[in-house]
Amino acid sequence: MSYDKRYDGRKPEELRPMSAKVGVIPNADGSAMFQVGNTVCYAAVYGPRELHPKFLQDPKKGILRVNYNMMPFSGHGDRVRPGRSRRSQEIALVIQNALLPVLDLSDYPKAVVDVFIELPQTDAGTRCAGIVAASMALAHAGLKMKELVSAVAVGKVGDSVVADLTYDEEAFEGEGGSTDMPMAILANSGTVSLLQMDGEINKEHLATSLDLAKKAAQQISDLQKKTLKEYYQ
Amino acid sequence: MSEKLEIQNKEIVVPGQVLAEGMGYVPGKGTYRDDKAVVAELMGIVTVDGKVIKIIPLRGKYMPKVRDRVIGRVIDVLMSGWRLDINCPYDAVLSMKDGSSEFIRRGADLTQYYALGEYVFCQVSNVTSQNLTDVTMRGQGLRKLEGGRIIEVNAQKIPRIIGKEGSMVMLIKKETNCQIYVGQNGRIWISGEPEKENIAVAAIRYIEENAHRKGVTDSVKALMEKLQ
Amino acid sequence: MKEHLLKSLKKGVRYDGRKLDEFRKVTVSYDVSKSAEGSAKVTFGGTHVLVGVKMGVETPYPDTPDRGNFMVNAELTPLSSNRFESGPPSIEAIELSRVVDRGIRESKAIDQKALCIKVAEKVWSVMVDVVTVNADGNLLDAAGLGALAALKVARFPKYENDIIDYMTHTDKKVPLVREPLPVTVFKIGEYLLVDPLPIEEQLADARLTITVTGDNTICALQKGGEVPLSSEDILSMTDIALKIAPELRKKL
Repeated sequence: MSYDKRYDGRKPEELRPMSAKVGVIPNADGSAMFQVGNTVCYAAVYGPRELHPKFLQDPKKGILRVNYNMMPFSGHGDRVRPGRSRRSQEIALVIQNALLPVLDLSDYPKAVVDVFIELPQTDAGTRCAGIVAASMALAHAGLKMKELVSAVAVGKVGDSVVADLTYDEEAFEGEGGSTDMPMAILANSGTVSLLQMDGEINKEHLATSLDLAKKAAQQISDLQKKTLKEYYQ
Repeated sequence: MSEKLEIQNKEIVVPGQVLAEGMGYVPGKGTYRDDKAVVAELMGIVTVDGKVIKIIPLRGKYMPKVRDRVIGRVIDVLMSGWRLDINCPYDAVLSMKDGSSEFIRRGADLTQYYALGEYVFCQVSNVTSQNLTDVTMRGQGLRKLEGGRIIEVNAQKIPRIIGKEGSMVMLIKKETNCQIYVGQNGRIWISGEPEKENIAVAAIRYIEENAHRKGVTDSVKALMEKLQ
Repeated sequence: MKEHLLKSLKKGVRYDGRKLDEFRKVTVSYDVSKSAEGSAKVTFGGTHVLVGVKMGVETPYPDTPDRGNFMVNAELTPLSSNRFESGPPSIEAIELSRVVDRGIRESKAIDQKALCIKVAEKVWSVMVDVVTVNADGNLLDAAGLGALAALKVARFPKYENDIIDYMTHTDKKVPLVREPLPVTVFKIGEYLLVDPLPIEEQLADARLTITVTGDNTICALQKGGEVPLSSEDILSMTDIALKIAPELRKKL
């Protein structure tokens, strides 16, 4: 059984329907919501603010701290136990690393910028959705950034290279299996600030996937820009 | 390569957006040069002044600058002064010698001047490279803020709330008969009749949300008349 | 600060222009999380909470072998306010979830016997999670309304051969036989008010959460704050809650 027709009828390069909004959390210094398919993500930025405990402070610049969390009822199966898991901590770390290259926190020695990501419902691609939402929230907060970061998962399902995998596609068990590759992309420089992969892939498919991710990221980046500007319309 | 402006003056831009191509354009505040382009580093309103391109941020935390008048809240009483929260990433220190226009004797009970949780309208007197900030109460119009209520607004909108030479805040004071102190740090103290205070707050919130739009003065006036 | 607020309340004027016994604009929307068996979003002005119901199959407790399990948990997320920190639940979160839990439990709102699959072996458990998105005062009442809303729309997932298929929901509803709703009345100085702003919450002397069912039976009480309440206070607060609860119920 090959995978030449996607479960939800999309073309290989086609992303799920997306929507986004900034300013959704009035208490935060910056905030955004991003939805792609059935994955919904909120991000809030608090700071720069004083960092405690003191030994974590960097006297030269502010630090970025990311917190990623799935709401208890957001999982595909059983309830997700609240609190940090090894998974959520690793995802927070890779999101942090994806965002850091664009952020300039040199004006804020010893301070911290906190990013909180919460997902009320999920259907794969949560770390990418987190990056997309967090990136908008950081810009909304008025922080210095070289550019916005967009992110998308690409991969190989069966023998087809596709963009923006769903949970069902990640779970594809037919011939060729499923390979999932979340990526964060800095559109201006065309560089990659998050890259992970689960599954197997050959070099040709990897090259096609990278190209596909860049094209997809461009669409997401356009949505991010439009959403930010709409807030002030 | 030819030079080209990619945006219109006063347009809202986002980080990473190319504002102009060509070495003739000069990157100002909130922008950076990338190869031959001038690129936005902030979300804000872009202004083109001759060849200089800069961005005025729409949001962002207050950062202390010398001579700014700010509203601080006492969060600690020290041996020789007070620690104040000035609504920014860094606390400020009000030393005993700057605490009042009168002389404060060493060993005096400092809480008699300013106790924990109280608010003061003070002035930034020094900021170091590490953002250690000193404030003073010595200066005309600086005072302890007793009674009243405090609201916090987007610090980037304070210039619009104050208005040209204070015109906007004067208008609100006149319409509502409230006493109003506006801190550059996004804190505003208001004291007056309860209903009138609510009108003043509504007017300030309106300006905060619509500061980037045209004709704000007229619509604020209309809003206050409607609420009276 | 407090004297100033009291001066305003004396004239019956709150900082956002409301009357003392007036709620902010209340909205309830449903099915905000497709991954939950039931979910709701509640907003009171700037306050925004999400509530989701998840179900699972467990072994019953030995002392109640024919009853399903039920629990309420609350996450006061650092996403929703700079007052909250990540980490283990704060005492505030624990109290909030316990008060919402007690209202549902003590009114026997969920027919726990109807959650039994096989006595002493398998029962359904109903887990209600409250998550704050923007905390702008009165989280407890928002959580209580949200929990009730989410329970009302929750549907059992398909269950066959000991396997739960969370992707398929049946038409079977959670057996909700009563509808408890908490209303918290705050006391500041001599004034009683509902649906407080954060500043009112912060300056309040005491509060009383009164949970009432659809026929206005009181099914749970929780007093908070440092100042004691007189019997007169308690009865006046109850009157206010009994008046407000039916109004709030209309939003469901």
